[in-house]
Amino acid sequence: MLYREAGQFKTSYGADQSIFPIRQDRIALLLFGLVAVFAVPAFASNYFLETIFVPFLVFALAAIGLNILTGYCGQLSLGTGGFMACGAFFSYKLAIAFPELHVVIVFLLAGLGTAGVGVLFGLPSLRIKGFYLAVATLAAQFFLVWMFNKFGWWTNYSPSGVISAPPRDVLPGFAVTGSSGDPAIKYLFLLVFVTLLALVAKNLVRSRIGRSWMAIRDMDIAAEIIGIRPLWAKLSAFAVSSFYIGIAGALWAFVYTGSVEALAFQIDRSFQVLFMVIIGGLGSILGSFLGAAFIVLLPILLNSAPAALGLPIKVETVSHLEFMIFGGLIIFFLIVEPHGLARLWQIAKEKLRLWPFPY
Amino acid sequence: MNAATTRFGIWMLSVPLAIAVIGLGLQGLAAADSSLFFTWGYFLEVLIAGLLQGVLYSLVALGFVLIFKASGIFNFAQGSMVLFAALTMVGFIEMGLHWTLAFVVAAAVMVVVAVVVEKVVLRPLVNQPHIILFMATIGIFYFLDGFGQTLWGSDVKVLDIGIPKDPLFILDGIFEGGILVNAFDLVAALVGAALVAALAVFFQYTRIGRALRAVADDHQAALSVGIPLKTIWAIVWSVAGIVALVAGIMWGSKAGVQFSLALIALKALPVLILGGFTSIPGAIVGGLIIGAGEQVAEVFLGPLVGGAIQDWFAYMLALVFLLFRPQGLFGERIIERI
Repeated sequence: MLYREAGQFKTSYGADQSIFPIRQDRIALLLFGLVAVFAVPAFASNYFLETIFVPFLVFALAAIGLNILTGYCGQLSLGTGGFMACGAFFSYKLAIAFPELHVVIVFLLAGLGTAGVGVLFGLPSLRIKGFYLAVATLAAQFFLVWMFNKFGWWTNYSPSGVISAPPRDVLPGFAVTGSSGDPAIKYLFLLVFVTLLALVAKNLVRSRIGRSWMAIRDMDIAAEIIGIRPLWAKLSAFAVSSFYIGIAGALWAFVYTGSVEALAFQIDRSFQVLFMVIIGGLGSILGSFLGAAFIVLLPILLNSAPAALGLPIKVETVSHLEFMIFGGLIIFFLIVEPHGLARLWQIAKEKLRLWPFPY
Repeated sequence: MNAATTRFGIWMLSVPLAIAVIGLGLQGLAAADSSLFFTWGYFLEVLIAGLLQGVLYSLVALGFVLIFKASGIFNFAQGSMVLFAALTMVGFIEMGLHWTLAFVVAAAVMVVVAVVVEKVVLRPLVNQPHIILFMATIGIFYFLDGFGQTLWGSDVKVLDIGIPKDPLFILDGIFEGGILVNAFDLVAALVGAALVAALAVFFQYTRIGRALRAVADDHQAALSVGIPLKTIWAIVWSVAGIVALVAGIMWGSKAGVQFSLALIALKALPVLILGGFTSIPGAIVGGLIIGAGEQVAEVFLGPLVGGAIQDWFAYMLALVFLLFRPQGLFGERIIERI
């Protein structure tokens, strides 16, 4: 009833091209934003902020990165963990070498560095595709983690191989990195930063370059015939995707955990992000957020469910059951809706437009 | 002389040549850099150890190839099938069954798993894009991992079916001290060879094998001559499950049955790239190359960069290889411009 677009006329090209063309959507988004900025830090405890909201935002950024590559450009990648490690260690070295550099600039530069690495490992995509490419990206995953683990230079010769984020302020007096930061400040910083980057990504995929990615994904030969250069399209997708994933890795090390070792970015991390993209929806920015929320929340729910139900289950068994339920849910989701949560949301919106009438 | 024998001749010539060239190159490197160590006897020893290790990679890769050929599905769960099969077998042995009986029971369990996978996962996902099926097999991977460990516990288990593990020394007339070969690896190689031979006979001479080859060639043509695709898929997954069981027994008695078995599946991926996704001989040769290559690289080149290059060497080898021959050594050439 409330969700009607009748009577909303678009009188300019700008209005026609807007991301949220329907007024109700804009109002809902505004309310959502207000809740996210004011209500969440006010009511959520530090524990919730640190274990749910902060990792959710970091993962959402990584998922956006992978979604650009896999969802929009159709290049399957299993190297996400390696690229996140790149971002984490690049930003660490930068932050240590240039202490006066602002932390946001450090993150962006680390992202740029990761983009370079991504292009390098994206080169095989010019010759191969599909599963062959997926295995090729595994090379990036294993090589990068090995490199950061093996060479002491990356960790400034820390004996344990763990890097600790140096304390940095985003604005004078507002520390966001490591243990010195207040969770609410961290959360707000991430919220703004990730939202801005997501907005950039949304506009990127709607623009000429995003359309060329999608053309390559849908049919590379046809794309080439209509004048899209596969080399540029694929390598730019690798670059932009790695840029986002690198920043996510930097945020992981600096804002979320505070101290991190290369082994935190093992292949499991790659799969985790891939699951977010698949469950959220391939080729959807909103889906990246939904998928990240799902994957972050699910283990927490699974862990607390037996205790809440009062079932005496050993910790070990719980983690095994968690694996089983996780695997089962993935299969279930793929069978029920292979296009992910974003598609479910879209269906719900379409139903809502007609409600309460059937058609 | 027909084409096959010519090709065989080329292989017989080029393989020792390649080994000699690599050996010479390493000798040159060792002469230039004092931190490296090289003797021909040691080189051969490492090479043979690597080849025998490669046989085990091939065993895992075989399971991948079988399923990929028959259904075009890249079965990521092969590794967890290896783990699950080995855990089941150990579980039954611990119940007091003789290992031959336990093998039969574990094989039966793998057939049940295959049928369930076909019914629950594959059938509803028919006609979906390959990436979706690939993701579904990752789901199976997680599920089987958790299921196996919930059933049988997650401790490292010893699997001993009486394979000799004594070191042997061969060729001690030619090289000083002889070449050390592990008897266990030799047995593993023999089992691998026997398994491949059995599979070849199965595919070549039985009715089901013919149907399997028909499905691998062309799904629709196979359907149109009345081959039941779903039954064939269940059979292929069962065969892959039994191959996984054999691989699991070999790896399990070598390194103990533990969670890390599931991860050796990842090592089978570069093997597949090298050999081609659709070729059984490719899986064998690829496994041998990867096994030998990573051992030799680790021992003779590892010290240059601080060691542990085993983790990624296989992938890098595969990556470089892909740039020159994207379809693998024996894979079907798909003519496709990218």
